Formats: sequence, structure tokens, C-alpha cells
Amino acid sequence: MRAALTHLGAAVTAGIWRLGYGARFFAYLLVHSGTAFRRFRLTLREIYFAGVLSLIIILVSGLFVGMVLGLQGYDTLQRYGSSEALGVLVALSLVRELGPVVAGLLFASRAGSAITAEIGLMKATEQLSAMEMMAVDPIARVVAPRFWGGVLSMPLLAALFSAMGIFGGYLVGVVLIGVDEGAFWSQMQAAVDVRNDILNGVIKSVVFGVAVTLIAVFEGYDAVPTAEGVSGATTRTVVTSSLAILALDFVLTALMFTGGN
Amino acid sequence: MLHGIDLDIPRGKVVAVMGQSGCGKTTLLRIIAAALLPTRGRARVLGQVTGDLDRDALYALRRRMGMLYQFGALFTDMTVFDNVAFQMREHTNLPEDAIRDLVLLKLEAVGLRGAAPLMPAELSGGMARRVALARAIALDPELILYDEPFTGLDPIALGVIARLVRQLNDALGATAVIVTHDVAETLPLVDYVYFMADGRVVAQGTPADVRRSGVPFVEQFVSGAIDGPVPFHYPAQGYGADLGLAASA
Repeated sequence: MRAALTHLGAAVTAGIWRLGYGARFFAYLLVHSGTAFRRFRLTLREIYFAGVLSLIIILVSGLFVGMVLGLQGYDTLQRYGSSEALGVLVALSLVRELGPVVAGLLFASRAGSAITAEIGLMKATEQLSAMEMMAVDPIARVVAPRFWGGVLSMPLLAALFSAMGIFGGYLVGVVLIGVDEGAFWSQMQAAVDVRNDILNGVIKSVVFGVAVTLIAVFEGYDAVPTAEGVSGATTRTVVTSSLAILALDFVLTALMFTGGN
Repeated sequence: MLHGIDLDIPRGKVVAVMGQSGCGKTTLLRIIAAALLPTRGRARVLGQVTGDLDRDALYALRRRMGMLYQFGALFTDMTVFDNVAFQMREHTNLPEDAIRDLVLLKLEAVGLRGAAPLMPAELSGGMARRVALARAIALDPELILYDEPFTGLDPIALGVIARLVRQLNDALGATAVIVTHDVAETLPLVDYVYFMADGRVVAQGTPADVRRSGVPFVEQFVSGAIDGPVPFHYPAQGYGADLGLAASA
């Protein structure tokens, strides 16, 4: 019993210590982010690796999610004679929830894991130590551009996911099933609010981008410099990021969409 | 880890710190590089006490140093050219034309000018070490630190690196500290040697001095004898007892 309590206490203490270390890391990263903006080509390179190279999985997933929404939505709506509202259902589902959340989960598994593995391997092969020895701060030169590259990529990817999903819903609802095209688009236009729906969706995707990329760069920088350590850090990035996205989504949804919206 | 270390490395000399794996020599190198701070005592490097330096002063000190890592530690996402140019681009305002000439000069010094466009993954171990050496001397450092520079090299690459270490040091007028356990390659090229064991300096002197020092550890180390002050067997109970012979006897 005593041993179990000791073990629990040690685990809690280690968790709090790591949380504090992560917070200090984040603060240091923000303070030393100047290089990422002064030499913006470093950040552009990371936008390419984290964002552009994630496009295929984001666009294809968005298309299929939208098509499934179209099928499922039509099946439910036509029972109540409201199949013209299909465009609203697809658009609100994507813009408010599925766009930011699913794009965030895909971003975590595609780009987040790659960022962690790259930084972790740089640490394991002493590239970060070498940089430090050359009087170049690895957090400013390596970590900050990757962080901001991820943060800037994520909202764009979520927007593309939603756009592709709406197109998928259109393909299934209008082209395949035959829902009236005018009703599909006009009801969507009337019901989707820029501030309450689109802006809140963008805010969500920015928050998810910060969370996922911060977890990815921290896990990579803090990885044990061995093959096993980097592997463990990569796994932790995907698991922690996914849980963080779902938890943050609940909190943000509770804050944004209560009160009749 | 280290106990009672009192080390003096004269300017312009090539000094080796030797000892078996785990004796503390890499820790000592990290202290000289100010990557670690001593918990007791102090390290004075290029006239500055490392423990007294803030981040900016530490980085200013490190710009006067170069370090060659055991396996090169080349930046794997950059070409050979960009690896050598890295510090020049980070720390100077030189135009790209001047950087190009300087990089080619450094690569020529290590015989790899033709490898400038290659990626690190395309290099052999010996070539990677030579590129890392060119990168370490990119800004003409006053102090060059070598962490196990000969490990894992074939005899030709090893001879090339050993010759380059001496030649570059003489050409640049720099001070060099080589941490290694390779006796045959190191003793002919250094001016002074410190031998370490269990975190202490057990012998020191010129290569000729240490060869005839009479210190049993040094003699075992230099001759490569398998048994001596450093025993072949890890401490254990009697072999007979382990095999159950003592109980049946």
C-alpha cells in the first residue's frame, strides 16, 4: 500500500515537473521566436513540410468525410421532409466541428509525428549540441520555425478540409441523390454565420495548431537521445495531441456555442 | 564524476586527454566547452571563467571555439557546402560570394572541395568526419575540441584525419584538445598527454614521458594488455561458486 502511494506520488510529481518544464519551454520559445519571423524563409520551409506535404491526406479525408455527411444527413433529413437543408447540415458540421477536429487529428499524426521524429533524431545525432557549440540557439533556429510553420499551416489545412468536405456533400447530395442545387447552396449561405460559425471554427483550428505543434516540438526536444527514446516521443506526440484536441474542442465548444447558437 | 582535476593546456599546443571509456574524459571536454559547469572548482577557457558567463558571453566565447564530434554531427538536411557555410551565415554579414570562396577554401583544406554539393547521407564515415572538421574550423577558432575523432574510421581515413588535425592546428596557430582512447594514432601527433582513470589524472607529460612513466595503468593502456590495473573480469563471486562446484565439494 505504502509502495503504491509512493509510486503514485512520484508519478504525480514527475507529471507536474514535466508540465512546468513544458511551460518554461513554451515561454522560452515565444521569447526566442524572432528568428522565425526575421528569416521567414526558415518558417516557409516548415510550412511546406508541415502544411503542403499534408495536403493530400487532408483533401482526400475531407472529401470522404463530406460525402459520408451527405449520405447520412440526407437519410435523416428526408424522413422529416427537410432534405433541402442538407447543405446547412454539411456546412455547419464541417465548419464548426469536423473541419478543425479531424484536420487537427490528421495534422497530429502526419506532421506532428514527423516534427517530433526530426527534432528527436537531430538531438540523438548531436546536431542540436553541435549547433549550441556554434553559438546558435537550437530553439530559435530549429524549434521556433517548426512551431510557427505548424501554427500557420493548421488553420489553412482545416479550411481546405471543410471546403473539400462541402464539395463532397454537394457531390453526394446534389449530383448523386438529386437534392435541389439552389436550395443546397442558398440555405447554406443563409444559415452559416461568418462570426459565429466560420470565425469560431478558425479560432478552434488555431488553438489546435498551437497545441499540436507545441506538443510535437517539445516531445522532440525533450526526447531521450536513442532510437527507443525518439520512437516513444513520436508515439507520445500523436496520443497527447489527439487527446488535447478532443479536450480543447469540448472546452471551446462550451465557450463558443452555448446560448442558442 | 571528476575529482581533483588540475589541467593546464598551453596556447598553440595539441593536447590529448586519454583514458578508457567512462573515465570522465568526455565530461572534461564538455566542461572545457562550457556545455557543463563544474560543481566544484572552476574552468578558465580562453581567459574566461565559464561559470561566470551569461548566455551572450557564453555564445561569444563559443564563437572562438570549434568542436569536432565523434560521428561528425553534420546537419543532415543541408549539403556539405551549407554545413560548412552555416556559421558564416549565422555569425557574419559576409556576402554570399565571399562565403562561397571561404567554404571552398575550408573544403580544399580537408580535400573535399569536390564533395560540396553532396548530402551527408552520401558521404563515407571518413569523409563526414573531414567535412565536420572543415565546419569546425570555418571561423578560424582559437581552440579546437576533438571528441573521439578517430573512432570507427578505416586506417586510411584515420591517417588522413590525424594528419589534418596536426596540419590545421599548425596552420591556424590554434590550441587543440583531443579526447580519445586511440593510443597509436594520437601519441605521434600531440605535444602533451593527460591520462585519466576513474575521473582523475593519473599521468601526464610529453608522449615520450608517458611511454616510460612506469605507471601501471598507462603501461597497460599503451600496450593494450588485457589484464592489469584495469581487470579483464568484472567483479563477481568465485567461478566455482557460480557453477555450484563449491557446494558439492
